[in-house]
Amino acid sequence: MTAARNEAARADSARQSLMRAAWALAQRDLRIALRRSGDTLQPVGFFIVVTTLFPLGLDPQLSLLRDIAPAALWVGALLSSLLALDLLFREDAQDGTLEQLALCGLPFAGLLVAKTAVHWLLTGLPLVVVAPVLAGALGAPASALPGVLVALLLGTITLSLIGAIGAGLTMGVKRSGSLLALLVLPLAVPVLIFGARATAQAISGEWPAGALYLLGAMAVLTATLAPWAVAAAVRIGLE
Amino acid sequence: MNELTAESLHLWRGEHHVLRGVSFSIAAGQCLQVTGANGSGKTTLLRALCGLVPLESGTVRWRGRELSADRDAFHGELSYLGHDNGLKADLTAAENLSFATRLKRPLQTGEVSAALERTGVADSAGVALRRLSAGQRRRVALARLLLTHAAVWVLDEPGSNLDAHGQSLLAELINAHLTTSGLAVVATHQSLNLPTPQVCPLALQ
Repeated sequence: MTAARNEAARADSARQSLMRAAWALAQRDLRIALRRSGDTLQPVGFFIVVTTLFPLGLDPQLSLLRDIAPAALWVGALLSSLLALDLLFREDAQDGTLEQLALCGLPFAGLLVAKTAVHWLLTGLPLVVVAPVLAGALGAPASALPGVLVALLLGTITLSLIGAIGAGLTMGVKRSGSLLALLVLPLAVPVLIFGARATAQAISGEWPAGALYLLGAMAVLTATLAPWAVAAAVRIGLE
Repeated sequence: MNELTAESLHLWRGEHHVLRGVSFSIAAGQCLQVTGANGSGKTTLLRALCGLVPLESGTVRWRGRELSADRDAFHGELSYLGHDNGLKADLTAAENLSFATRLKRPLQTGEVSAALERTGVADSAGVALRRLSAGQRRRVALARLLLTHAAVWVLDEPGSNLDAHGQSLLAELINAHLTTSGLAVVATHQSLNLPTPQVCPLALQ
C-alpha cells in the first residue's frame, strides 16, 4: 500500500520536474528567438516571397491563379518549414546545451517535444497567420479561408515534427541543407498532397472534410511517434 | 554507498580501440584524475561514463546499480562540464544559470548571484555571454556546477582558459565538493592541487 503510494508520488514528482524543465526550456528558446528576430522571421518572409512570385510570373487571370493557389501555398509552406529546420538543433549541439539536456535526468523525448513545439510556434504558426493575405492574393474567396487555415494548421504541425527527426539526424553534418531536404521531403509528400487537396476543395466552395480528417490523423500519428524518433536521432547526433 | 565503479570498459571508434579495459573505483570524497596524451581517450571515457557514447563492453555502477538499468537516476545526480560550456551565447550569464538550474530543480532567489559571486564573475551577471571572454565564460560554467547540487562532477579539462587565480579557484571548488562527500571525475594535465589521499590517478595509454 505504502509502496504503491510512494511509487505514485514519485511518478507525480517526475511529471512535475519534466513540466518545470520543459517550461524553462520553452521560455529560454522564446527569449533567444526574440533577441534574434531576424533569423526567426526568415522562414515566414521566404513563404511570403515565394507565394507572391507565382502571380507575377503568370497571366493575371483570376481563374488561373485560383487553380495554382493550392500548389503555390503548400510548396511554399513545405520549403519554408525546411528552411526553418536549421534553427532547431544545430546551435544547441554546437554550444553543448543539447548535451546538458540529454544529461539532466529527465525524459529526453519530452524535452525535445517542448523544443519542437516552440519551434512550430515561431516558424509554423506564422505561416498560418499570413496565409489569409496570401490566399487572398492568389484569388481564393473569403469563404475558403476556414478550410485553408485548418489545413495549414494541421499540416505545419506534422511538418515540424517530421522535420525535427531529420534535423536531429543531420545536426552533426556540415552544410546539411540538401541532405536534410532529401531525408524530409519524401516523408512530407502526404502532407503536401492532402493539404493541397483540402485547399483546392475549400477554394471551389466545398468543406474539405475528408482531406482534413487525414491531415488530422497524420498530425496525431506524428505527435505520438515522432518524439521517440527525434530523441533517438538526436542521441545519435550527440555521439 | 556513494560509489562509482567501472569494470573493464572497452570502446572502439571505427578501427581504433580507444578504451582498452579501463577499470576504477571511487567513493564519496574522492576524485579520479584522468591523465594521458592527446588522443588517448580521456574525453571518450568521460562521455562514455555519462552515457553520451555507448560502451562496447564493461559495466559502470553508481551506488551499486548498473547505469544502464537506471540512467535517469544517475543523470539526476550528475553535473557534466565538457569542452563546450553548455551555455547560450545570446543569453546573459544569469539567464543561462537560472535555466540550467531549473532544468534540475526549482530555483530560489539569490542563488544565481551567489554562485556568480563565488566564481568571481558577479559583475557579468547581466552581460550577454557572447560579450564575455573565454575565461569568464568558463567561470560562468563553473557556477553552473555549483548550482546543480550534483553528487558527481564529470569535468573535461575544467581549467582550460582559466587564469592562475581561476586555477586555484577551481581547486577550491573541487575540494569543497569532495569534503561535502561529493565525487569528481576530472580529465586534466595540470595538477589539481588537492590533498593526495583524495586523488585516484588513472593514466590512459
